[in-house]
Amino acid sequence: MAKSIKVRAKAKDGTTTVKALISHPMETGMRKNKKTGKKFPAHFIQEVTCSHNGNTVLSADWGTAISKNPYLSFKFSGAKAGDTLKMSWVDNKGASDSVEAKIK
Amino acid sequence: MNTKRRSFIKSSAAAGAFGVAVSAGLITPRAVMAAWPKAAFASTDTNAAIKSALGSSDTIASSDIALKAPEIAENGAVVPITVTSKIAGTESISLLISKNPTPLTATFKMGKGAEGFVSTRVKMSKTSDLIVVVKANGKLYSAKKEVKVTIGGCGG
Repeated sequence: MAKSIKVRAKAKDGTTTVKALISHPMETGMRKNKKTGKKFPAHFIQEVTCSHNGNTVLSADWGTAISKNPYLSFKFSGAKAGDTLKMSWVDNKGASDSVEAKIK
Repeated sequence: MNTKRRSFIKSSAAAGAFGVAVSAGLITPRAVMAAWPKAAFASTDTNAAIKSALGSSDTIASSDIALKAPEIAENGAVVPITVTSKIAGTESISLLISKNPTPLTATFKMGKGAEGFVSTRVKMSKTSDLIVVVKANGKLYSAKKEVKVTIGGCGG
């Protein structure tokens, strides 16, 4: 599951705006397969963590109601251009991915 | 011939039962992650979900929370939502959709330096209240907005 996260971070006037897109099916476990009548098993991201210089700036617990291929944006202060931002996720099947991005 | 057929049916039935056991086993990793509040996300009642996730369901309506969401969402699968909390010391922002099968959608915990701002996209099963609960200084503040959903409609 490499490169499932696209993240952009931009520092301006002391505030860093982070925008991220994660590619993930986010299956709720309630959608039915029309051919077989069986439900697709739930498969969704449960935890997203974003850190800067070892400090966790945002950690999120997600349920199944987050849209497919989730988008996430948030802001934080205390970072400058050139710093590294790390973002990672873990889903309900135990799969995970992480990515590092330079703040512009 | 007949006996063989019987035993074949028996063995395939056993294999079926085994498959069920395996798929049941696959679900357990979810319980391993203790940090994820499973009970809160599984709750089907809005107030119970708030209480389970944040410790209390007593919220104070606040005008300092700006909730940006469409009045009418044509596609309930992708509803863009932006929350801005101007309350000082915002610790966490929780999103709930009252008429979804499980109302609790997400909880964003703000770390050091994080501002009370978060933007994401959610799924909504039908027209419902969107509720934002902000935790700050040990208190819970809330704001809500109704979003009309027209799934499969040709726009409104």
